[in-house]
Amino acid sequence: MLTCKDFLRELNDYLDKCCDPSVRAEIEKHLNDCPNCFVVADTTKKTVNVYKGMEAQPLSDKLKSKLMGVIEAKMRGCKKA
Amino acid sequence: MDAADDVNLDLAAGAEAQSSGPGETGELELVQRAKAGDVGAFSELINRYERRILRLAKRITQNEEDAEDVLQDAFLKAYENLDRFQGNSKFYTWLVRIAVNEALMKLRKRKSDRTLPLDEPMETGEETVQREIAVWEGNPEQKYSQEELHNILEDAIQSLAPSYRTVFVLRDVEELSTEETAAALDLSIPAVKSRLLRARLQLREKLTRLFKKQPEDMLAYL
Repeated sequence: MLTCKDFLRELNDYLDKCCDPSVRAEIEKHLNDCPNCFVVADTTKKTVNVYKGMEAQPLSDKLKSKLMGVIEAKMRGCKKA
Repeated sequence: MDAADDVNLDLAAGAEAQSSGPGETGELELVQRAKAGDVGAFSELINRYERRILRLAKRITQNEEDAEDVLQDAFLKAYENLDRFQGNSKFYTWLVRIAVNEALMKLRKRKSDRTLPLDEPMETGEETVQREIAVWEGNPEQKYSQEELHNILEDAIQSLAPSYRTVFVLRDVEELSTEETAAALDLSIPAVKSRLLRARLQLREKLTRLFKKQPEDMLAYL
């Protein structure tokens, strides 16, 4: 029988859907019986999802122009060489 | 370029083959054209990935100026070493490895950083993670404005030790595999797994304090 400590050890693989089907079944049984572990699994999954949903901010015009200036100068240099 | 860079780029170039989605063919085509000297093709690759590379660099270095240097140096290094990219991995994964290497060098150079260095062995006992067990109140994306949520998430991630933060960012934000993350950070797979678990649990803990459902009887005291 899976304990809360065992569940925590398997949590990553469970969330990443890469644990053995038999282990997954045991975890799901444990989650049905243990409200605390159910909340930990649910809120950890939400934590990962909320970060995955974040959009990266655009570069400022100044930074973009600086970056392209340096890269293009490098490219022109490489072409000549 | 020093020997460490060579190793990093070789590792990146030899990364395991991955299946390519509809966008991947375009990416490889751009790389081939850039290798042949097409400036526009490399500019297009920069346009595609500049935001994510800057975000990654900011999260690792925690310093705006350093992150901007990392962004520039990573693309320059990628351009200089394009011939070593064999197309066995995604170009983005290869670029991320270069950027991570640059960012870690910045982090190590900065003497003011007093948190744990990435290669220092660390305690992994679960008992050190305080557990806040509470369900979340609704959906944070609906509860907070985009800007508020962005600030909350950034504050939480920045409060992690660099060793946890970097693993979390590579695995859960940039969606590198465990193996790719281990190679990029020169860590063992068990170390990546252990740090990812602790990062996820610590972030969960921090966010739960903000997002948890308040007990209804609290209203009686207002």
